[in-house]
Amino acid sequence: MAKLNMVQAINLALHQEMAKDKDVIVLGEDVAVDGGVFRLTEGLLDEFGKDRVLDTPLAESAIIGTSIGMAMAGLKPVCEMQFSGFSYLMMGQFEAHATRMRARTHGQFTVPMVIRMPFGGGVRALEHHSESREATYAHLPGAKVVIPSGPRNARALLLAAIRDPDPVVFMEPKHSYRAFREEVPDQEEVMPLGKSQVVQEGTELTLVSWGAMMRPTLKAAAQVEKEHGTSIEIIDLLTISPMDSDTVVESVTKTGRCVVVQEAPRSFGVSSEITARINDKAFLYLEAPVRRLTGFDVVTPYFGREKSYLPNVPRVVHAIEETLKF
Amino acid sequence: MPRKQIAKFSVQHLQVLDENGKLDAKLEPNLSENELLEMYRWMRLARGFDERMLKLQRQGRLGTFPPNTGQEAISIPVALAMKEKDWFVGAFRELGGRLIRGEPMTSSLYYYNGWEEGNILPDKELRILPTSVVIGCQIEHAVGLAWASRYKGEDAAAVCFIGDGGTSEGDFHEGLNFAGVWKAPVVFIVQNNQWAISIPRESQTNSQTIAQKGIAYDIPCLQVDGNDPLAMHVAITEALDRARKGEGPTLIEAVTYRLMMHTTADDPTKYRTEEEEKRAWEKEPLLRFNKYLKDKGFWDDAKEEALLSEVKAKIEEAVKEFESPLEWQQDEPFKHVFGTEHPVITQQHEDFLANVKREADHG
Repeated sequence: MAKLNMVQAINLALHQEMAKDKDVIVLGEDVAVDGGVFRLTEGLLDEFGKDRVLDTPLAESAIIGTSIGMAMAGLKPVCEMQFSGFSYLMMGQFEAHATRMRARTHGQFTVPMVIRMPFGGGVRALEHHSESREATYAHLPGAKVVIPSGPRNARALLLAAIRDPDPVVFMEPKHSYRAFREEVPDQEEVMPLGKSQVVQEGTELTLVSWGAMMRPTLKAAAQVEKEHGTSIEIIDLLTISPMDSDTVVESVTKTGRCVVVQEAPRSFGVSSEITARINDKAFLYLEAPVRRLTGFDVVTPYFGREKSYLPNVPRVVHAIEETLKF
Repeated sequence: MPRKQIAKFSVQHLQVLDENGKLDAKLEPNLSENELLEMYRWMRLARGFDERMLKLQRQGRLGTFPPNTGQEAISIPVALAMKEKDWFVGAFRELGGRLIRGEPMTSSLYYYNGWEEGNILPDKELRILPTSVVIGCQIEHAVGLAWASRYKGEDAAAVCFIGDGGTSEGDFHEGLNFAGVWKAPVVFIVQNNQWAISIPRESQTNSQTIAQKGIAYDIPCLQVDGNDPLAMHVAITEALDRARKGEGPTLIEAVTYRLMMHTTADDPTKYRTEEEEKRAWEKEPLLRFNKYLKDKGFWDDAKEEALLSEVKAKIEEAVKEFESPLEWQQDEPFKHVFGTEHPVITQQHEDFLANVKREADHG
């Protein structure tokens, strides 16, 4: 057991899985010699050699396109998009082929691959480096979308993603890369995809979030509990798609109130889907409308304005209080 | 400091059998009578099948499809030169090649009549990828397959087809670049049929040849008369040999002509002349190959007649099977969204079945 940050935890997962399975190939821009611009793939080249850790030319579509070929031939490519903001260049390959191959051949050909990409704001990054676009990928049938929130679950979910039979978009909240450390067991630990986690039990209100927003969510809950003595249940979504509605629905059935905290723009987002599912299954248990505390439907501002646009602890506290008062 | 030339490039054109059936004996490949006749039989079958599919489509018995007529001399010699472990990565005008690789004739009928079942191979190890409708993507799949084959130590290459229009796509260039850097065992074949729906070759690219696009990626390239099956045989054999020796990719521009419409939903009279089409028909591959075989003493009109009725019988058999009742279920897609079970899909599957049942109950 060691205290690792998310970068180290993901790196550990890659090392362990590559050692275990020679079909796992890592490829992307600057992933080999440089170890990735965020150092997620550091040391892999030395340990596994250039046949398994590939510095590719700079072309997102071809990274995914060639990975689709590798996956169809029985390998398990784990590719890196250097930033999620560059990933739209591979969208054609991903939508037209990665997500569909299973369906169009009734499972004869499949595309088991992982696309890792850092995403989200809060690190004073360049333009195109701070967006949260999980909904874009989650809307595609056949795609799995996973977002860890801390070192331990990042390691366990990445292992599951690599072993999964389907294409998985593994979105890494880069604000959390080095923000904190957690005990991560040396022994392999795997968390199932498609399952959310109740990280704190409570009875009066349900908070749902994922990725980097879990931190302000937890802090806000602690503050409200301290100030008002409210019992809050907190759910970490972990897998965005296919979404585990049961855990959220069960919780809201118990608490009757729900706030969803999302970094991404509000409209057509994951929080909207969660709200719809609560309406489908728990409408009569609701004592207040499901509240969406989200980013805004604006083009992500440069980092000079970034802070004022991201959900933060006071905003989550406010949303909780309003929902409790309703 | 004087400027100096640091690189020099050239592009070759290969033709063995010209449009009049005249042979360049020095270039003639060493193919046996049996091999030549096999090639010709496949070309006749592909042509006959294509013509039959067009009739079926016009009669409302088949959906929209892209005819292959005139392009038989490309995928057929290519597929015949491939080995069992090689990957066949098509676009959508490789009917003959697909049949040679072992795809049943019914597959094309099912696929173009709206059934995913047309993509399912009798055996996955036939290594034929499904049709690529989105232009250009398949280039990169072939590079990945080729890379994986080498990684696994298989003595295999990937052969990938694309059209002249596809060479304008970014994926074409990205894929060629990757293949060059990786020295991947892959052969790219551009079926330059002069038309990408309504866009003629000269509006598609300002390059003098399409073959020269390989030069930018240091990929050996060759322009071939794509209506000449002998030249295509020579070109693919060289390219596959290069791939198997670890010398990397090859780009072949096969110059041909799309004698029919882009798909059956297209009307070429809107953008090209009958005269142009008439000239192209004079150069089509079967005419010259037939003459060549006759000149060699391998073929005659009686054999031709026997072949045509054999082809017709095969096609009718496939059509009969295609039109026999299907037992495929409407809810099949729910079983193939993911390789794992998820409540959200299970729930929607149940909703779907309930809808179907309700509609059936209410007539």
